[in-house]
Amino acid sequence: MTKLYSLASAGRRVLPNHWDVIALAIVMATLAAIARAYHGVAQPLSAPEAQAITLDYGVLPYYALRTALRMFAALLASFVFTFVYATAAAKSRRLEMVLVPILDILQSVPILGFLSFTVTFFLGLFPGNVMGAELAAVFAIFTSQAWNMTFSLYQSLRTVPRDLDEVARSLRLTGWQKFWQLEAPFAVPGLLWNTMMSMSGGWFFVVASEAITVGDTTITLPGVGSYIAAANTAGRWDAIWAAVATMAIVILLYDQLLFRPVIAWATKFRVELSVGQEVEESWVLAALRRTYWVRNAFGPVFAGLQWLTFRRLALPRLIPDNALKPTPAASRVIDVVWFAAVAAVAIYALWSVVAYVATELSWPDVGNVVVLTIYTLIRVLVLMALATIVWVPISVWVGLRPRWAERVQPFAQFLAAFPVNLLFGAAVSLVLTFHLNPDIWLSVLIVFGTQWYIVFNTIGGAAAYPNDMREAAANFRIHGWDWWRKVILPGVAPYYLTGAITASGGSWNASIVAEYVKWKDQLVTAHGVGAYIAEATDKGDFPKIVLGVAMMSIFVAVFNRLFWRRLYAMAERRYSL
Amino acid sequence: MLDQPATLLEASHISQSYETGSGERGDPVLKDVSLTVRSGEIVGILGRSGCGKSTFLRIVSGLTRPTEGAVTIAGRKVEGPADGVAMVFQSFALFPWLTVLDNVEIGLRAQNVPAEETRARALQAIDVIGLDGFESAYPKEISGGMRQRVGFARALVVQPQVLLMDEPFSALDVLTAETLRTDLLELWQEKRIPIKAIVLVTHNIEEAVLMCDRIVVLASNPGRIADEIVVPLAHPRDRLDPEFRQMVEKIYALMTQRPEPKLPGPQPVAAAANLGIALPEVSSNALAGMLEEIAGPPYEGKADLPHLADSLQMEVDDLFPLGETLQMLRMVEFADADIKLTPIGRKFVDMDVDQRKKLIGEQLLANIPLAAHIKRVLDERPSHRAPASRFREELEDYMSEDYADRTLRTVINFGRYGELFAYDESGESFSYENPQ
Repeated sequence: MTKLYSLASAGRRVLPNHWDVIALAIVMATLAAIARAYHGVAQPLSAPEAQAITLDYGVLPYYALRTALRMFAALLASFVFTFVYATAAAKSRRLEMVLVPILDILQSVPILGFLSFTVTFFLGLFPGNVMGAELAAVFAIFTSQAWNMTFSLYQSLRTVPRDLDEVARSLRLTGWQKFWQLEAPFAVPGLLWNTMMSMSGGWFFVVASEAITVGDTTITLPGVGSYIAAANTAGRWDAIWAAVATMAIVILLYDQLLFRPVIAWATKFRVELSVGQEVEESWVLAALRRTYWVRNAFGPVFAGLQWLTFRRLALPRLIPDNALKPTPAASRVIDVVWFAAVAAVAIYALWSVVAYVATELSWPDVGNVVVLTIYTLIRVLVLMALATIVWVPISVWVGLRPRWAERVQPFAQFLAAFPVNLLFGAAVSLVLTFHLNPDIWLSVLIVFGTQWYIVFNTIGGAAAYPNDMREAAANFRIHGWDWWRKVILPGVAPYYLTGAITASGGSWNASIVAEYVKWKDQLVTAHGVGAYIAEATDKGDFPKIVLGVAMMSIFVAVFNRLFWRRLYAMAERRYSL
Repeated sequence: MLDQPATLLEASHISQSYETGSGERGDPVLKDVSLTVRSGEIVGILGRSGCGKSTFLRIVSGLTRPTEGAVTIAGRKVEGPADGVAMVFQSFALFPWLTVLDNVEIGLRAQNVPAEETRARALQAIDVIGLDGFESAYPKEISGGMRQRVGFARALVVQPQVLLMDEPFSALDVLTAETLRTDLLELWQEKRIPIKAIVLVTHNIEEAVLMCDRIVVLASNPGRIADEIVVPLAHPRDRLDPEFRQMVEKIYALMTQRPEPKLPGPQPVAAAANLGIALPEVSSNALAGMLEEIAGPPYEGKADLPHLADSLQMEVDDLFPLGETLQMLRMVEFADADIKLTPIGRKFVDMDVDQRKKLIGEQLLANIPLAAHIKRVLDERPSHRAPASRFREELEDYMSEDYADRTLRTVINFGRYGELFAYDESGESFSYENPQ
């Protein structure tokens, strides 16, 4: 399962091209424009009265509910966005040229860097109203989920099996019918898998976005995240543990009540020739299917939806299908015009970003940020390497033992979903107590939450390793280093890389929280672009945020292209079993 | 049979070529193919893979638009997926998330046929096609034969005038395929299905002779009509009937005796001009196996193709590429429906592995211009290395990307076997360096 729907974006083309530059310019310019439009230079934002967060255990269930609802709202928004954006990108060649690189860049933009912009934006939309803050939090979670899901849907839409597409066309299904009868069902398994992955990243952001300070404005929304923030400020260990336990329960419930049933139901959408060996089970779904009342109550709803999907709606066409199809020459002219328009927008965008940043910053600042980003890069690299050295052997050992794997796997998945930033404050108190070097010890926090992606993917890979190859290795008495290098590591490589790419992306994001941590009234920072962004956010220094976010995005995008995707492409080609 | 039955389907002067990357028209896949189908006929389109027969079927159904020419069905010009035709697919192409009943109903529901009528017609089609009891099963739960029956029911339920079948039995095992063929023929003979004509695309010669009233044989490169044969035998036909056998032999002969690809002698200077011979994907082991089979009893060096196909359990699509490659390597010759070892082929059979590899190497250099070309380039370069992309681009001047890729793969495979050169897959380059 892990491998089947591996990272939606991993397999795509490798080298950056002009479209990436265009996309980067557009994304950054949009952010800068938002910042410029909504922060009146020294003017404090009109935030709602910061709600008092009590550390009473009794309020935790209510806070947990609020947090869970935020997640749900973001999930809905992500689905809507995914369907609109991915469909547009998949159906129109010209839109595709622009939309896909933009999505790719958005994926590389550190979401927590976004937070300051979006908070300003939404507070500006609803001045003095809690709605603005809620929307900002939901939007933060949305940005952590939507890109990944959109890529998944886009790729599914582009890879609908040809014969099924021909059937749909020869039975003369309209575009609307074909979408719901063929394309959407075909995309369901991949989309759900990516949703689940994104969701596990989302908990991290919901926690981070509930209590946030931008300049002089402090926002606290009732939720587990702000409860933890308050506990950190008060330095109360007991409250931290209570919140951690609450979070664990919420994640478990989400998994059992929402995702397991949906995934079990979605197995029927897998395009495969035989009944799958992997049977996903869900006690909730089984129970629902057995009830009489629930089934009957929902019957008409499903029938209605089905009726809707069979309407002969053809998306209104401005130009009749064949009659006015442009000749190849005309089509090329349109391409050129379109490209010129996009390029013009991009150049303007780039210029406006530079102009905005230049209001306050100059070249030495840029150099400084480059150096800081390199620090963070080194941190991510070293920590990923360490996590790999520690976890891969252990995961392989576990994965080769089915009984262990069965028990450890869900646990690792749970840990990957668990928002470790709940524990950052507590971890920092240790750094303070023992007078440790923050540049080294804060680094550890970066992979604190993301290493589990490596663990459960590698376990999955080892568990799927063909038994006859293990037996062959044993038969020829291949031991020790040779066994690792020639037998098992190539076999788990594609799985490991799937996990590592997710972990690497998460780590960059985490650096914004992990390099700049508060405990009681003390602040611990490490040198890095994460701390730079976090500090600028605290001070409401928008040009600095734009510069930091842009730099980090560039690094992440280039790093992904030149390093991860190449590795992944090679592993796919050489080592896939 | 007083007057000629009405013309139902007419495809006139169909040509098809695809746009290449640079926006130009590539070599035609189909060239000037015309076909008339009358009411009451089963017409077979027979050809080897790559002759464009599936493309032609898709043009007839309206799924693909031809570059030139037009199709009319029952007097109406086909401008897109057409009313009045339905298609059965080689891969069945069932929606895995729909039950058998839903799969059968989908065509009617898409046209917003009222629910009761949809259900009644679907159940009737399921009944006719012998699927009762499987209505609520999902495709992955049922066998290949049952899946293709769903494919038939789905096509029948929309009450098409013409049924188009794209190698409908080739993904099934021999017994299942035979059952489905006879069942379909019975329904057709007894007129229990309201279809007026069937167009069947196949590469199985016996299947074509068994089912069709008329067989159109397509030749490849470009796809064009090589011959048209009327099958006058009465139904039900018997595969062992001498007349049936004769017909099969005749078509085999017809399909092997096409104009031979021009085979260059020992390489003169103008090698590049002959690079454009596309090679099929065949393995060196299969070549050796085939030579041994022909050399051994009962054939003793000369085999009748239909018999050979039978004894090797191979269909034309597998057999012909093998034979053709051997012919290019000058190890066999074709004569009518027979395949015969040449002296070189005979020598090969008696050799040990190393000698065989050497012989294949020599034959490659002498007869496959691309192999000789690669070798020459490697010799000329001081580094003795050359990227694969260079040769791929040269090939793409003559053939489509897919064919270029396949040809290159085959040459790499044989070059490795004949130890002419080494190939590094991750660097995509040729060299002489084999691990020492």
